[in-house]
Amino acid sequence: MEPASILNLDGVNVSFDGFRALNDLSLQVDRGEMRAIIGPNGAGKTTMMDVITGKTRPDSGTVFFDGRHDLRRLDEAAIASLGIGRKFQKPTVFENLTVADNVLLALAGERGVFANLFSRRPTTAGDDVDRHLAVARLLDHRERPAGDLSHGQKQWLEIAMLLAQDPKLLLVDEPVAGMTDAETEQTADLLREIAAVHSVVVVEHDMDFVRRLGVKVTVLHEGSVLAEGSLDHVSRNERVIDVYLGR
Amino acid sequence: MITARLLSGRMTAWDVAFLLLLLALAMVVPLLNLVPDANSSFHLSAYMVSVLGKYLCYALLALAIDLVWGYCGILSLGHGAFFALGGYAMGMHLMRNIDGRGVYGHPVLPDFMVFLNWDELPWYWSGFDMFGYALLMVVLAPGALAFLLGWFAFRSRVTGVYLSIVTQAMTFALMLAFFQNDLGFGGSDGLTDFRDLFGVSLSADGMRSALFAASAIVLALAYLCCRLIVSSKLGRVLVGVRDAEARLRFLGYRAERFKLAIWTFSAMLAGLAGALYVPQVGIINPGEFAPAKSIEAVIWVAVGGRGYLVGGPIGAVVVNAFKTFFTGNFADYWLFFLGGLFLFVTLFLPQGIFGWLRQRLVGSREERS
Repeated sequence: MEPASILNLDGVNVSFDGFRALNDLSLQVDRGEMRAIIGPNGAGKTTMMDVITGKTRPDSGTVFFDGRHDLRRLDEAAIASLGIGRKFQKPTVFENLTVADNVLLALAGERGVFANLFSRRPTTAGDDVDRHLAVARLLDHRERPAGDLSHGQKQWLEIAMLLAQDPKLLLVDEPVAGMTDAETEQTADLLREIAAVHSVVVVEHDMDFVRRLGVKVTVLHEGSVLAEGSLDHVSRNERVIDVYLGR
Repeated sequence: MITARLLSGRMTAWDVAFLLLLLALAMVVPLLNLVPDANSSFHLSAYMVSVLGKYLCYALLALAIDLVWGYCGILSLGHGAFFALGGYAMGMHLMRNIDGRGVYGHPVLPDFMVFLNWDELPWYWSGFDMFGYALLMVVLAPGALAFLLGWFAFRSRVTGVYLSIVTQAMTFALMLAFFQNDLGFGGSDGLTDFRDLFGVSLSADGMRSALFAASAIVLALAYLCCRLIVSSKLGRVLVGVRDAEARLRFLGYRAERFKLAIWTFSAMLAGLAGALYVPQVGIINPGEFAPAKSIEAVIWVAVGGRGYLVGGPIGAVVVNAFKTFFTGNFADYWLFFLGGLFLFVTLFLPQGIFGWLRQRLVGSREERS
């Protein structure tokens, strides 16, 4: 039987030069769930993503994916291959490659040196590539270098790349930073669409955006969970109000 | 057939022009050397054939450097070491070909070993009497060294300037080692006084032409291989390694494996370049390991244009043509000129000669990839 939770962090501690970035953090995300993570700057949101994706090793605590994969023992590439995709806060796409090539690299498939050398996949003219580009509304830009895209388009390209990776769990760090209101709205729709078939963790500052997602919210503060529940529920929480208003 | 299919749609007009030029050179240069009378104004002297052949070897070295630097972002300041190792492997074969015709007339031992009072060949010299074995070593020795260094460096995620320093230290350490007489590679004199290859004297006109043609053909084949690599999906992964290595890891690619493969392949190409170089210049000594040599080769690539494949060879030929001219006429000013050229290109032609030329001719600002 498959475990109900796709991601399970238990008692995770991370410190950098004495600064405790994560402080006994425990978090559980259910299969098929979309979870929003909010919290002031320095609450440990990005460090948490780093721990899940293998970029940072926790000092103590356990991190399990799908109930059986101990993520502390794996490196970034292995974790990505297990099915955890990540979108970074600052959009990072391969600027010198075309938009279509960016998606091509992300497509689930060969990850070995020789498999890629002899890959028969038509370089850019793939239905798969176009399908993901269509979702991200970038079909008209497929042959442009990704570096030429606008900031919002790069964010969307990253989401298209995440979809192409077809991960079981998507970690999305501030997807609407620097987006216009219209783009923000479209992104919320897109994420809800994605959440229908994937488990998603979204980190975001924008409260309107989080409200629009309408999902369970976890509030982080100083490296641990401060409150959890619906956005209305946590925004009535005294300590949450203190943390946000106290700044 | 398979090659034709693989290459369809992957080659640009520039590639075809470059390959045709190499094939034409492989035929025309030997013809100009062998057919016209020595007094004819069309005659190309044997000396010039060797000089041109030397340029082609440098071009191959530059191609190898551009593959790792231009497409994988690895700035190697030690490719001269791989070049020299390939050269030494070929030199050892040529030494064994002397066959008792040395000054001391020893049936097996090269002169320098007799001079050092050695009784027998060191174990690592055995087998080099066979050309096939020597050829294998030409690629395996630099390949093995590159693999070992790359294995540790890329796994530990040593990148950027730190990696460049490691490669520089590697070639410097090898230079010091090869200066030692006890190592068994001729010490500071290196290997020289070669007689013949395949039973033909190295100084014969036909031999020089053949070596030139071989250099042109090997360069063409290596270029084809590199083009195949960079135009495949692998080539896109490499650009990803160059531009955003961390991002690529989160897509599930083990960046270090891609770097290791290309790095090792590039070292092998450099080894081949060295092996073609040695019979044409007639000597290989530890000076080839000098850090300055590796840096000079990087300058060729920067001058010719990084990240196009064809830029490296262009830069190698242009810079070395200047070098031949300067060292013949104003030897004292060569290094000033080289430094000035590097500054000029960095400031005014950041894409190198080829990048500038392409921009002028095509007029579009296509992205390098």
